[in-house]
Amino acid sequence: MTQDAIRVENLTKKFEDVTAVDGVSFGVPSGELFGLLGPNGAGKTTIINMLSTLLAPTSGRAEVAGFDIAARKDDVRRSIGIVFQEPALESKLTGRENLEFHAMMYGIGKAERRARMAEVLDLVELSDKAGTLVEKYSGGMKRRLEIARGLMHRPQVLFLDEPTLGLDAQTRRHIWDYIRKLNKEGGVTIILTTHYMEEADYLCGRTAIIDHGKFVALDTPDKLKDILGGDVVSLEIEGDPSRLLEALERTAWVKTSKLHDGVLSLTMEKGERRIPELINKAQALGLTVACVNLHKPSLEDVFIHFTGRTIRDKEGGVEERNRMIMRSHGRGPRGGRS
Amino acid sequence: MISGTAVYVLWLREMKRFLRAKSRVVGALAMPLFFLAFLGMGFNRMAVPGMGGGVRYIQFLVPGILGMSLLFSSTMAGLSVLWDREFGFLKEIMVAPVSRVSIVVGRIAGGTTTALIQSVLILGISFGLGFKVINPIKFLLGLLFMFMIAVTFIGFGLIFASKMRDMQGFAIVMNFVIFPLFFLSGALYPLENLPRAVRILGYADPLTYGIDGLRGTLAGVSSFPIALDLGLMAGFSVVMIVLGAYFFEKSESV
Repeated sequence: MTQDAIRVENLTKKFEDVTAVDGVSFGVPSGELFGLLGPNGAGKTTIINMLSTLLAPTSGRAEVAGFDIAARKDDVRRSIGIVFQEPALESKLTGRENLEFHAMMYGIGKAERRARMAEVLDLVELSDKAGTLVEKYSGGMKRRLEIARGLMHRPQVLFLDEPTLGLDAQTRRHIWDYIRKLNKEGGVTIILTTHYMEEADYLCGRTAIIDHGKFVALDTPDKLKDILGGDVVSLEIEGDPSRLLEALERTAWVKTSKLHDGVLSLTMEKGERRIPELINKAQALGLTVACVNLHKPSLEDVFIHFTGRTIRDKEGGVEERNRMIMRSHGRGPRGGRS
Repeated sequence: MISGTAVYVLWLREMKRFLRAKSRVVGALAMPLFFLAFLGMGFNRMAVPGMGGGVRYIQFLVPGILGMSLLFSSTMAGLSVLWDREFGFLKEIMVAPVSRVSIVVGRIAGGTTTALIQSVLILGISFGLGFKVINPIKFLLGLLFMFMIAVTFIGFGLIFASKMRDMQGFAIVMNFVIFPLFFLSGALYPLENLPRAVRILGYADPLTYGIDGLRGTLAGVSSFPIALDLGLMAGFSVVMIVLGAYFFEKSESV
């Protein structure tokens, strides 16, 4: 047993002319909730597919739960649970039958199976729908059933590929809380992919920002945001703000200061705690603050900082759209990459 | 190597799917039954050329239609991997810690069972149309032939499924592979009546020996010795399954 739940070295996957994953290396310690954040088509799902033995890497190597993904596939498979981006349920079976299928494929005995099915169904609040055919389930119910299924065999490592994609706000929040609980109380190592900034921010211990198959940054969401130099506080001043600007330039905790169109724009850490002080300083100089605006940097800002574009821009980009089209039409020469 | 539980649960899934999709069963039975009913009635008064005298066409036709039903439903069972890939369930199967051989065996077990159930239903109906089984012991041998036809063409379907990325190639397989295999197998007429060049193609068609074996065991008329049919079909079954499993394992599931 190694300490790291996942160790990846120089992992690369090429699909004919496209390099979907380009020499990625990282490690995930046991018990971490690790995020892969990036736009659609960045290579997140391809990484998950390789780590879960569904795709063979073009080059590089990786270990999951201490087992090499190429040499010891069955050991890897036994150690992981996975919730796929697109539902991977049998719609002609009921919820319970889907879980039963899974449990039997993982060699869980009958009594144990019963107990665990009841447990996970209760957890995702599907107990009363367990006897319904999955084809009658809503999107949120399918996803919850998938999560329940991924937990049936008590995996050491759980992969969640866009777990809240297309879900309503309430269900999303519910699943977030559940994922957290699982990680904190169950001690399960979780690898989560998402293109929702707030999801990575809310859930992940450390997050890798991935773009065009490469990691552009990897740290905790807070530290990633610190790279941007802290919060932005904007002050709208009645009167001439130049004296205030001079005073603030001499203040240690103000990192940068700018004046444009009568608005002072300052960066600092813990902006919300500095606002009263800023107002006092203005009043001491006989100035009135008409308006204050505090902007906390988001992972979205971090993404822009590293890639020069917003994550939504990327999704709307021509290249990205073409990939999406390729995927939906005949799924490309080898479909299902993202 | 082979996990009994995995094979069982994959088989069970096929059974449940089969029983819950009544329209699929009706659809799968309709075509063979139409062939049987209309060809059987239409050619009822004709002697079968090349089969000696005294053989009623219905006796000749029923084994052919059973072979046809087995060909279609088994190839479909093999190709159903494509559906699983399309709807994502293949991923759930492929990440499970069971040997790939178990997965192939489970699929074959499920596909064979559903194909055999359909054939037995057709056989039951054909009794109503005047078909007679010559010998109950040989009838059991006939069931073995049905089994071998099913296994052969599931392997065949798996090979095609591994080479296709989506269902768009499906119509091509139907029109350019399955139908020729059906017509070349002598299901509707004795191969002896075909021109020499075409007949040779027929002799390369595994279904020819399957249907001939069924004819020999169920109706008592056959072009080749039953032992030859049996030997060749056993060979085809093994080869196609090994190839099918090989290609299935090679193909990617995402």
